[in-house]
Amino acid sequence: MALENPLFEFLLRQGDNALVLGHRTSEWCGVAPILEEDIALANMALDLIGQTQMWLGYAGEVEGTGRSADDLAYLRDVYDFRNLLMLEVPNGDFGRTQMRQFLFDAFQVPWLTRLQDSRDTRIAEIAAKCVKEALYHLERSSQTVIALGDGTEDSNARMAEALTFLWPYSGEMFVDDATDQAMADAGVALLPSELRGPWLETVKAVAAEACLTLPDSDYAQKGGRTGFRHTEHLGHMLAVMQTLQRSYPGATW
Amino acid sequence: MYAQMVQSTGKGLQDRKEMSPEDQAFQDRIDRGEKIEPKDYMPDAYRKTLIRQIGQHAHSEIVGQLPEGNWITRAPTLERKANLLAKVQDEAGHGLYLYCAAETLGVSRDELVEMLHSERMKYSSIFNYPTLTWADMGAVGWLVDGAAIMNQVPLQRTSYGPYARAMVRICKEESFHQRQGYHIMIKMAKEGTADQKRMAQDALNRFWYPALMMFGPSDKESVHSAQSMAWKIKINTNDELRQKFVDETVPQAEFLGLTIPDENLRWNDETGHYEFSEPDWSEFFEVISGNGPCNVERLNARRKAWDDGAWVREAMLAHARKSQKRAQAAE
Repeated sequence: MALENPLFEFLLRQGDNALVLGHRTSEWCGVAPILEEDIALANMALDLIGQTQMWLGYAGEVEGTGRSADDLAYLRDVYDFRNLLMLEVPNGDFGRTQMRQFLFDAFQVPWLTRLQDSRDTRIAEIAAKCVKEALYHLERSSQTVIALGDGTEDSNARMAEALTFLWPYSGEMFVDDATDQAMADAGVALLPSELRGPWLETVKAVAAEACLTLPDSDYAQKGGRTGFRHTEHLGHMLAVMQTLQRSYPGATW
Repeated sequence: MYAQMVQSTGKGLQDRKEMSPEDQAFQDRIDRGEKIEPKDYMPDAYRKTLIRQIGQHAHSEIVGQLPEGNWITRAPTLERKANLLAKVQDEAGHGLYLYCAAETLGVSRDELVEMLHSERMKYSSIFNYPTLTWADMGAVGWLVDGAAIMNQVPLQRTSYGPYARAMVRICKEESFHQRQGYHIMIKMAKEGTADQKRMAQDALNRFWYPALMMFGPSDKESVHSAQSMAWKIKINTNDELRQKFVDETVPQAEFLGLTIPDENLRWNDETGHYEFSEPDWSEFFEVISGNGPCNVERLNARRKAWDDGAWVREAMLAHARKSQKRAQAAE
């Protein structure tokens, strides 16, 4: 399949990851286990929505048909989304939410760090802003995973279950495709597969401190970042998220 | 106003002659405008009344996350979503400052939360009303935060130091929230489509009287209010604040092209104030005694969040204890 606009595709992947995870995180509003976590989760969601605005804003410019970040967020359907499957599955309990955040942050930090050297200066600028937040997110999520894994027998069992559930989704982060290759050839980004090694080191170190064993399966669920096959959950998420824009076309808010 | 019908001694204003010498000296400090600090002497009734008031205020911030949280996932643009998230986050922060202020009076946050969940402490009646359309996010910011500010601005001068200082921080953020809410209303009521205008009017219709109720019933003869005012933990009467709110809000509604749902509303040239209808106080008493449209849901949502999070809190504590032991063993 010929690539129409790999840069646009690439930017959607960045923006949709931030949007979908930001939205899921915002579902925690007001019901976190403790007040400090309500504040922290809102902070995380705010960072991710801010990142969405930057990535999708640039995506709209690159596409060149006049679509804004809001148009891209609120007026695309499931098959046009390019986020990782791991980020769209429902939150589950607080432990699973934190484990997902950690698995993603452990990728985002080296990914965004390297994107700062992108030949595309806009991408380098956006990455430089996002990486500061991602570093903080990783610090928090890894500490939380360690605390909950180490905490009690019950919490350890929950975190083990969360890891088992999320593990098959984590592999999708490292599956290169033609878009990734095009970006690598153009000096825009590195290949995601290059980061599997460093990611695994981070994850192993944290899992060890959290008294958790990594599943030995390498099987990866995929189809989110290519848009080929999302989970059933994304449609429901979009039905909620897009309701006003869909119900009242053309209204400004 | 997030604290309604806070009980003080229930005995009316204490006569100076009946006060102990310590209590007289305490009242003199308050009359001189001095701040009372946590380690200073204070009458037991002052302490208890403040715990009730600050606790109720803190609980209101926490429960108040829910009606707005209801719309975070459906906010119509990325910017609105971020604004609403930030607002609800501020409210959680206000809850935190207030619980900390209450802790200086010798009651723990866990104890206060337990009292909320077992319905021994209340939160503002306003949060027992549902948020049905996006215009409600405008109406809540404009009217509910607007009414809260009326009460909270004078509380920056309240006699208890930690409470007054918490109020200074809170007020800065609340006035920002009110502007955000009003901006949503401008977009919908003034610049919006016919549907948006209808939503905006509907939101005003539903929130007007509950907003007036936020100040509590007339307290001209309230035994609790007189004592709280003498202690300067209540600065104005409920009626004064309600009047001020109506006087400020009516022109704002006119600017939006919206109609206040009150046939008796009229400007009185002699008094320089608006005349308006009282809310249905029987509804108010039903809501604060647990029969509002959302009381059961709101409390259950808070209880569920607390219960579902128990394993997390226990695990965090267990991890902290283990880490401490490991650190000691390593020394």
